Amino acid sequence: MPGAVSRSTALGGRLTGRQSALLGALIFALLLFPLIDRNASHVSAVADAGYFVLLVFGLNIVVGFAGLLDLGYAAFFAIGAYTYAMVASAQFNLHFNFWPMLVVSACVAALFGVILGAPTLRLRGDYLAIVTLGFGEIVPQIFLNLDKYSGGPNGISAVDQPVLFGHAFGFDPIPYYYVYVVAVGLCVILLNNLRHSRIGRAWMAIREDELAAQHMGINATTTKLLAFAMGASFAGLAGVIYAAKLTLISPDEFNFSVSVTVLAAIVLGGMGSLLGALLGGVLLSLLNFLVLPQATNWVHSLGFALHANFLLGLDFTNYRFMIYGLILVLVMLFRPEGLIPSAARRAELHAAEIAGPAAAQAAQTEYGESGSP
Amino acid sequence: MALLSLQGISKSFGGLRAVQELSIEVERGAIVSLIGPNGAGKSTVFNLITGIYRPTSGEILFGGRRLNGLKPNAVAGTGIMRTFQNIRLFAFMTVLENVMVGRHVRMHAKLWDGGLHTPFGKREEAATAETARELLKYVGLDAYESEWARNLPYGMQRKLEIARALAAEPALLLLDEPAAGANPTEKHRLMELVRAIRDRGVTVFLIEHDMKLVMGISDYVHVLDYGEKIAEGTPESVRRNPRVIEAYLGKGA
Repeated sequence: MPGAVSRSTALGGRLTGRQSALLGALIFALLLFPLIDRNASHVSAVADAGYFVLLVFGLNIVVGFAGLLDLGYAAFFAIGAYTYAMVASAQFNLHFNFWPMLVVSACVAALFGVILGAPTLRLRGDYLAIVTLGFGEIVPQIFLNLDKYSGGPNGISAVDQPVLFGHAFGFDPIPYYYVYVVAVGLCVILLNNLRHSRIGRAWMAIREDELAAQHMGINATTTKLLAFAMGASFAGLAGVIYAAKLTLISPDEFNFSVSVTVLAAIVLGGMGSLLGALLGGVLLSLLNFLVLPQATNWVHSLGFALHANFLLGLDFTNYRFMIYGLILVLVMLFRPEGLIPSAARRAELHAAEIAGPAAAQAAQTEYGESGSP
Repeated sequence: MALLSLQGISKSFGGLRAVQELSIEVERGAIVSLIGPNGAGKSTVFNLITGIYRPTSGEILFGGRRLNGLKPNAVAGTGIMRTFQNIRLFAFMTVLENVMVGRHVRMHAKLWDGGLHTPFGKREEAATAETARELLKYVGLDAYESEWARNLPYGMQRKLEIARALAAEPALLLLDEPAAGANPTEKHRLMELVRAIRDRGVTVFLIEHDMKLVMGISDYVHVLDYGEKIAEGTPESVRRNPRVIEAYLGKGA
């Protein structure tokens, strides 16, 4: 029994044959999707899931790996988006190229991750959550009030759209879709590598027991800041593509509800798990961008057909947060570890059932009844 | 010169004087024990060495280097590793990962080495896993490497903590009551392990509450009571010391 299953792998290390086949099929489907579904609004909705998944991945480093509850994560998304919009629009008459700005914005966001993370290093749990919540509110307020630089409440419009090999992306969602697919794919590989590395283990050690981690020679200060920076850089990256695709950004797109929704996706998918983050992000954003608007359209058509006026007044997108809340309550009731939990989360919540027969047996044979901790 | 030298260290918590004017020398290659009744301040001494507390006065020297004021991670970097009286493993990490975390100070992989799987990062990661597996075999836990640390029975968790500490190849190992809560056979086996660790070339500084236990393996014993050293010497001489007997059994015993 021991060693038969490697429980540490949520996604890989080494994949089994079935897993790699599944992964191959998924990648294939993702690449073909815009060619099969020619409806631009569908492709656009799935593309928008891309920025959301990037946000979920980034926050998953901070919350899931390092165990630091950050409620102001949207701030870094805003910083990434504004960084690009300011230097690639008529705002300052600068028109920097989109591609290098992906890296630059990620670095700027990472820098702010360190700046905003530094004051919170001594805080834990609830206190950390409240301070990060504050930062999450402050950053959009700054963009709202710095009219001169950020366009104030109107934000920045006519943000430059990317050009690749002479092909302008324009308002066609398909090229953005592929940019997101590549970005998400690279981030999955990066995160999976990090999970099984010196730094990844240091993050988890801090999550598990900060004092013991320090005694292993882990510098808690730099390791936590690295988690904040790394998490923020994902949001910075997402912000650039988001701003370029929408061509218009304003401060109210980065409010608290974004941070909460991203966190909800992590909880839904399974804290600390890569596949869970992916699934949670995709589900919530598809619900938001595709299912709710579509459902509203159907109900409106039905209302026309039946001449039922009350149906025409319905707009499901207004019930978004109620539906999120409902989903979260149901998940907490029936699957508290999330849809695809990291093995650690599952073990934590089902400790008794999962405690391996090996351990139980060993406890019996070697230590007798007194062996349990 | 002694590997570790505590020179008249004191530590007060408000009005409580937890450790007073304590001087201890730990020679290289020895097993030195610190014993004393419950609440004598033994763990405080370890916490002073590893940087959880700062001594109110006195000097802590390790290999000639002053440790006063260093943070725990910096102390670990100098080659001192420890275990904890109340086991502090990384509960929801695997047994193997726990030991690999212990090797943190011996690794050099940066963020990009891990994230991008650079050749250096891959090589170091493989070598670390290899070393960790050897250590697990050494303490007899190699069959459980994929198990959660928290799923191990108590005695195995103690051994895992020792393996985790050894992973850094420390010059000095601080063991805080490694045999606490174990049954007599298990205690005996743990003490064998401590001896084997010393024979690997690791100096051992051991806290133990059970006096009989340390007598067999210690080269030198210090006895602490109410934060003060009341005796020191070879196990034989300490055992016969009337002040030690009094501290353990009370007056008139």
